[in-house]
Amino acid sequence: MNGPTRTASVHATRAVERSLAGRRHRSLAASVFLVYLLFSTLVGLVALFVLLFTILRDGLPYLDPTLLANAPSANPALAGARPAIIASVMIALVLIATALPIAIATAVYLEEFAPKDRWWIRLIELNIQNLAAIPSIIFGILGLAFLVRGLGLGPVLLAGALILGLQMLPTVIISAREALRAVPDSVRQGGMALGATRLQVVWREVLPAAIPGIATGSILGLSRAIGETAPLLMVGAATFVSYNPGLLTQYTVLPILIYQWIKLPQADFQGLAAAAIIVLLAILITMNGFAIWMRNRYERKW
Amino acid sequence: MLKRKSLITIIAVAGIGAALAACGGGRSSDTSAATTAANADTTLSGSIVVDGSSTVAPLATLAAEKFQAQAPNVSVTVGTSGTGGGFAKFCNGETDVSNASREIKPEEQAACDAKGIKFTQLIVANDGIALVTNKENTWAKCITTKELATMWAPDSKATTWQDVNPSWPTESLKLFGPGTDSGTFDFFTKSINGDEGASRTDFSPSEDDNVTIKGVEGEKGGFGYFGLSYYEQNMDKLNLLQVDSGSGCVAPDTATVQDATYTPLSRPLYMYFSETATQRPEVKAFIDYYVANEPTLAKEALFVPLADQQLAQAKTVAAGLAG
Repeated sequence: MNGPTRTASVHATRAVERSLAGRRHRSLAASVFLVYLLFSTLVGLVALFVLLFTILRDGLPYLDPTLLANAPSANPALAGARPAIIASVMIALVLIATALPIAIATAVYLEEFAPKDRWWIRLIELNIQNLAAIPSIIFGILGLAFLVRGLGLGPVLLAGALILGLQMLPTVIISAREALRAVPDSVRQGGMALGATRLQVVWREVLPAAIPGIATGSILGLSRAIGETAPLLMVGAATFVSYNPGLLTQYTVLPILIYQWIKLPQADFQGLAAAAIIVLLAILITMNGFAIWMRNRYERKW
Repeated sequence: MLKRKSLITIIAVAGIGAALAACGGGRSSDTSAATTAANADTTLSGSIVVDGSSTVAPLATLAAEKFQAQAPNVSVTVGTSGTGGGFAKFCNGETDVSNASREIKPEEQAACDAKGIKFTQLIVANDGIALVTNKENTWAKCITTKELATMWAPDSKATTWQDVNPSWPTESLKLFGPGTDSGTFDFFTKSINGDEGASRTDFSPSEDDNVTIKGVEGEKGGFGYFGLSYYEQNMDKLNLLQVDSGSGCVAPDTATVQDATYTPLSRPLYMYFSETATQRPEVKAFIDYYVANEPTLAKEALFVPLADQQLAQAKTVAAGLAG
């Protein structure tokens, strides 16, 4: 028992000595590694800035009240994205009302209540991990077979939103579990020691403490769902809708409209597509801003 | 503290975006409000579900938009599942109208029969496939269908323009075209190589024809094909090739596409109306509206309008439908 431990500590000491020596005479390898790290960071940043710059340059001249107020039109002078914007926001709201509570409840159950040594809990956990890796188009096919045709819901907004909700469940569950796991056990034990029930501890102590992490994960899942096209095309989202969509009507969403506009021959539509991308970005930034606000608000408590 | 800063940054960026947005005004044509037509028919109501070919979609969209100005209580939606995807839904009874860039296939017909779905086929416009080259391409003005087959055959070894025609230079050949899901790809391969989908695979495919335009524009030895409307919107950037199918060189234009002398790359575009749909007054009204305004609609959607004879036939078909 003693032998390996001592060897490990000797190794550790040598590693510390090496790194201290390196600080004095920065080795070539270290410099190369630093440059590599910097370069990697730049790749992402440069790509992002080029994208943002192109979109803003092409889209800003087209970002006008018409785009927000009008319905899509074959005439670029009149074309707007109102029905698509409304549908995208509605889908986000449906997701917040349906998928988020289910995902968070699942995470709380698996993390706080479930008997972890049972085979069926392990099976559920394994399946959730697997679900996160399934391509979005598969969810689309499931939605088409089960919701649109099986339940006879038809190609309506609710069906699209529910399938996106199903798709984002694993992402949110996994990140919410991480957040719950990060809450120190002393919080739970402290609550229990004071005579609180398990439910009270989870509801009043653990969950509020985990909110920042849960919010971040939820927004990531939600943002991905809002930018999704493939499964919605599969469940029958239209591309031209001129009325304001309801839960049980046909609909189109911003990514689909953008995709359609980019492909049209008239140059004006490419500008309009860029402008619609800015609108989509604005919606996403607003949602992210809300998550950050929530994280700051609840982090101060702890 | 840092997190607070990042929040402020995000708000600032959003704010700058909104401020810049106020500058506005990039659309090239005048923005006049879309108004309901004076002779609007408010007695019609209901919804019409259109899906299918993305090539036909701009035409269907335009028709839907104008028809809704006439019949404000009718809502028309247009989807773009592709010709095949559209028929799959149509023959499952999920849509009223199916756009198609080719005729219905026997197996699709069988699917419709199995579900007891009867339909009416209407030719709604004509489209030509434009063959384009780079602006600096001075050698190729006209290409024979045989040369096209040399260029695009599945086992083609042509890597330079000279391989296609010995009198052309050794400039290397850079091929661009639509992706394999596209109806235009199906049509081109069938017309040139004889079999639908038979094409060499070492070209740059794109579902977005504007990408093909950029590709040909940037490569001296570039060659690409797509719907005629894309060439007409980009005449200043590309050269158009004439096609010789044995009876001389013909360039695609309204006349040659209408009478199909621009062969074999002229094609009609279709809409399929299900019988249950055409029995509904709002769908019948939509068809009547389309047929009555076909030349304007097709031109505005950048397609070639129907020839007189085709239009007369379409009118007969429409008149034969029960109101």
